[in-house]
Amino acid sequence: MERTAVRGRLTWQVATVTSVTRETDSVVTIELDPPDWPGHRAGQHLDVRLTADDGYTAERSYSIASAPGEPVAITVERLESGEVSPYLTRELRAGDELELRGPIGGYFVWEPADGGPLILLAGGSGVVPLRAILRHRRRSGSQVPARLLYSARTLPDVIYRGELDQGYDRAQIIYTLTRSQPPGWTGHTGRIDQALLAEAAWAAEANPLAFICGPTSFVETAAAGLVGLGYPPEQVKTERFGATAGR
Amino acid sequence: MSPVSRGFQHLRRAPAAEADRVPPGQHMTEGFPVLSAGPTPHTPLENWTFSVTQDGQTKKSWTWAEFQALPAETVTADIHCVTRWSKLGTQWRGVPVDTLLEAAGYGARYVLAFCDGGYTTNLPVDDVTGGKAWVAFGYDGGPLPPEHGGPARLLVPHLYFWKSAKWVRGLELRDHDAPGFWETYGYHMYGDPWKEQRYAGD
Repeated sequence: MERTAVRGRLTWQVATVTSVTRETDSVVTIELDPPDWPGHRAGQHLDVRLTADDGYTAERSYSIASAPGEPVAITVERLESGEVSPYLTRELRAGDELELRGPIGGYFVWEPADGGPLILLAGGSGVVPLRAILRHRRRSGSQVPARLLYSARTLPDVIYRGELDQGYDRAQIIYTLTRSQPPGWTGHTGRIDQALLAEAAWAAEANPLAFICGPTSFVETAAAGLVGLGYPPEQVKTERFGATAGR
Repeated sequence: MSPVSRGFQHLRRAPAAEADRVPPGQHMTEGFPVLSAGPTPHTPLENWTFSVTQDGQTKKSWTWAEFQALPAETVTADIHCVTRWSKLGTQWRGVPVDTLLEAAGYGARYVLAFCDGGYTTNLPVDDVTGGKAWVAFGYDGGPLPPEHGGPARLLVPHLYFWKSAKWVRGLELRDHDAPGFWETYGYHMYGDPWKEQRYAGD
């Protein structure tokens, strides 16, 4: 509570897109070079503003995908009925300008001094801010034990798969595939439930910190599940997206 | 001057009558998104109270049964979340904050709403009185679901919806304004959606 993430006025600035990397069929990571970036913390987000040639504007918030000290990046999933995400995932390319302001948010963040162990629970593209936390943990040399439980529809829907499979300095990555599994899949299947949480989460006695990000139904299940396992609610931080039809 | 985003166009336009009800930077949603910083609390109704406090003293407190016996109103309101969705014509059932503060007696300029789960948010008294705010326990003809703040939440539709604190348990009367939960993390102290007061300094 002692730190406020936003100091003074957050002004819009025009960043240059330095790269657009395809993560899955519907997801890209956009690396940005803003002219005046105060630095960000793992778990924060930023606002993006698009302007049409008739002056119409649309704004959206996206989690920052990179660790503090790394170039600013966002990872965006295309929502077919969306207005902004189809532009960001299909039209935008390196060299383009993109208006943004940030960083924003100071609650859903992790610093090495906060300790752990860490249990990170991701539903779909909710993995984005948790990847920033895992990268920050690795870059800072933190020895805090960490586990990521990542629920995705299918294996090709897993974002950052190559990076996650390298393990982040002994962080454990546990997948559950909810819709279909490749032949020979020996991992978890189906949506997260109490049994999987009990298996994947650290015991409450270890005083773990939990970060949960995903669609509402995922977050509700995961957060209630951890509280049911004895986690104090104030050590379970949540961030939700989805159900925003038309975003 | 904002750069034009090559090839970016409106996906859809709201009908003019509705567009006038959507503040700048917002877009309409038909769903009802859920946003909260932690797990959904589940306080049994037999343990629930609503209190008006000042200087550490409880001026007035209601049990759930007492609260349900207060005169309630049906409210239709447009709501605006700082994450940029707006939902038009939402239907609520709740007790006017006027009723609660008049019963408790008040002479303060600000309130800090406090909630199960530790959430707080600050508002001027002028913004929760005069028929502008309710403690809502019903939504869309039924009880207010827990993920949307049930059993009861503050409803202050003319401000960004983080001011409409979920799981509200009382109002602390204050002479001076003090930031609540999101306000401490850089969100605006007042939060007028028509002025786009999202973050401190806006």
